[in-house]
Amino acid sequence: MNSATYLSFLEIAAGLVILCAIVTLWRRSLRAIVRALAVQGMALGVVALVLGLHHHDDVLIVVGCLVVGAKGFFIPTLVKRVLANEPMSRETSPLVNVPASLVGAGALTFLAYGATRPVVALVSTSAGRLIPLGFATLLIGFFSMVVRRKAASQIVGLLLVDNGIALVAFLATAGVPLLVELGASLDVLLVVVVLRVLAVQLWSKFAVLDLDELQELHD
Amino acid sequence: MLAFILLLVPLVTGCVAAAVGWRRWVGWLCTASLGFVLVTGVVLATRVVHRPALSEFSGALRVDALSAFMVIVIGAIGLLAVCQSVRYLEHEISSGHSSTRRATLYAVLVQGFITTMLLAVVAGNVGVMWVAVEATTIITTFLVGYRRTRGALEASWKYVIICSVGIALAFLGTVLVYLAALHASHGAHASLEWTSLMSVAHHLDPGVMRLALALLVLGYGTKVGLAPMHSWLPDAHSQAPAPVSALMSGVLLTVAFYVLLRFKAIADGALGVGFSRTLFVTAGLLSLAVAASLLLSQRDYKRMLAYHSVEHMGLIALGAAAGTPLAIAAVLLHVLGHGLAKAVLFLAAGEILLVEGTTEIDQVKALLARRPALGGVFAFGLVALLGLPPFSLFISELNMLRAEVHVGLGWVAAVSLVLMAVIFGSVMSHGRHMLFGARPDGEPVHKSPSLVTVPLIGALVGCGAIGVLAWPLDSLLRAAAMVVVK
Repeated sequence: MNSATYLSFLEIAAGLVILCAIVTLWRRSLRAIVRALAVQGMALGVVALVLGLHHHDDVLIVVGCLVVGAKGFFIPTLVKRVLANEPMSRETSPLVNVPASLVGAGALTFLAYGATRPVVALVSTSAGRLIPLGFATLLIGFFSMVVRRKAASQIVGLLLVDNGIALVAFLATAGVPLLVELGASLDVLLVVVVLRVLAVQLWSKFAVLDLDELQELHD
Repeated sequence: MLAFILLLVPLVTGCVAAAVGWRRWVGWLCTASLGFVLVTGVVLATRVVHRPALSEFSGALRVDALSAFMVIVIGAIGLLAVCQSVRYLEHEISSGHSSTRRATLYAVLVQGFITTMLLAVVAGNVGVMWVAVEATTIITTFLVGYRRTRGALEASWKYVIICSVGIALAFLGTVLVYLAALHASHGAHASLEWTSLMSVAHHLDPGVMRLALALLVLGYGTKVGLAPMHSWLPDAHSQAPAPVSALMSGVLLTVAFYVLLRFKAIADGALGVGFSRTLFVTAGLLSLAVAASLLLSQRDYKRMLAYHSVEHMGLIALGAAAGTPLAIAAVLLHVLGHGLAKAVLFLAAGEILLVEGTTEIDQVKALLARRPALGGVFAFGLVALLGLPPFSLFISELNMLRAEVHVGLGWVAAVSLVLMAVIFGSVMSHGRHMLFGARPDGEPVHKSPSLVTVPLIGALVGCGAIGVLAWPLDSLLRAAAMVVVK
């Protein structure tokens, strides 16, 4: 792969990751949000694959395939199952409306570019220039966890945070040691499974899936 | 092989519990495995206190004085909590709240919980430490939600969401440290081994390390229960079964803090102490302020204990901010003293909930007159936790404050003293309400089972003894502090 096609593939895939993050803020239907999440997971896997092919790193290629499988298909399916219990699969009452959220996402992207300057300076490869996109995805995930109320939206926010971090990890170091990488990926999978179990229990016993209804514990 | 066997014993015990199901003797077997952990911790400590660190499996497991000290903390508090679990589970089963199957699950999860905490403190690789700390979150989620009430499920939901985000930030921090190490060693053979990171610490890029340390403090700080990421803590600690609260509050918080201390040592090598000091002072004072304001009007005694943990984590963060050998030794003594006292109080609170049937401070009256043994344990536990002599928390708080003044953080010491006074006053008034008063006419004096009171009194005596006698721990604390102070 020559370096021009390598770079344009990488840019498209990384751009897709942040675009999907913005789509999750824009759309209100939870089904559309989960679809955006699946596309994002695949784009993330493609980033790892392109990097692996470019650096002739077999381990990274395998990791890329695993990421496509786990984040592109398996995890979104699990999140969809959480939704299956909900009669109203729309985010009806976010704390911040859609236009304001989009402006917020823009501001967070600026913030990400500012905060990551030392990292970009240190990496100094062409892939390194894309690191702020990972940070921006992370911040958007954080933001959406704060302003969205549905249980499923919170899971989506958590996954955005995680995907943003994975993007930074791939671009900055071409993958941390495999053991840690696998630990991190397996962990997200387990967290989503745990959340699904909890959501099912909350739904079947108490008919709760809106976080506004989780008001039992407070000071 | 000792560190490997240390991990294997609780793991195998958990497997045995899973295979045979809950029996009374399985409960005692689990207790014995924690006894083994405590003894092994002491053996490890004697081996490494004046000698270089033990390394097994080419550095994958590494025990220095700091790790050995943490193994002792896990062993001591784990022993207390696991032996009280027997009484808790038997009560739950006999009252129909729980089945034998659920009790088996509980026993297995607790052993898994202990194993992952031990892995976090004996791992030589900061990546493995991260995996272990994250694994504790997943395991304890089901323990927090064990009672399956609406409150318990809600608490575990918040717990897993907030801590997963926190731990994800810690992962990003770890990645950035790895990136800095990759460039410092010119790609030669960068690894996440703590010792190799320490050896290149002076060459790590300062800009990246600043961002990394901020993310690590925010991320692991979530698990430590430092403000502003503490909001899961009062819910989880008040909803979990009492022995689990004791373990989470007594050791899990400080295991996460242990990882933070390791990273602080690396970052201080790259940046000097100034930057980490700013972060730790901010987090510490914020935690104290949050605890002080929410303790004033607290109506639930389990939540009161939980906010008290936020306060103590704030105190050790301030001690770590001072960062001198004396300060770190005091921080570690505080970790042990707070762990013991908090475990005793949570276990006593669990027993109070069992016999009184309420967690409201207003509903519990005249404990000392009605239930002298239980009330006495609770009273002495509060005295220990509030930092009064002869308990070890007095010595450790005093030394942390001294160290803060010594390094020019006198204003921090002054502000923290004011906040501690507010907390002291509000906890005393809540405690007085629960403990003192006359026994209603016609109500007999209740006896508490000695299975409950004897271990708790033992732990309080231990907490007092380490406060009075410097002897067995002194050299270990110094050696452990020197591991992370250069």
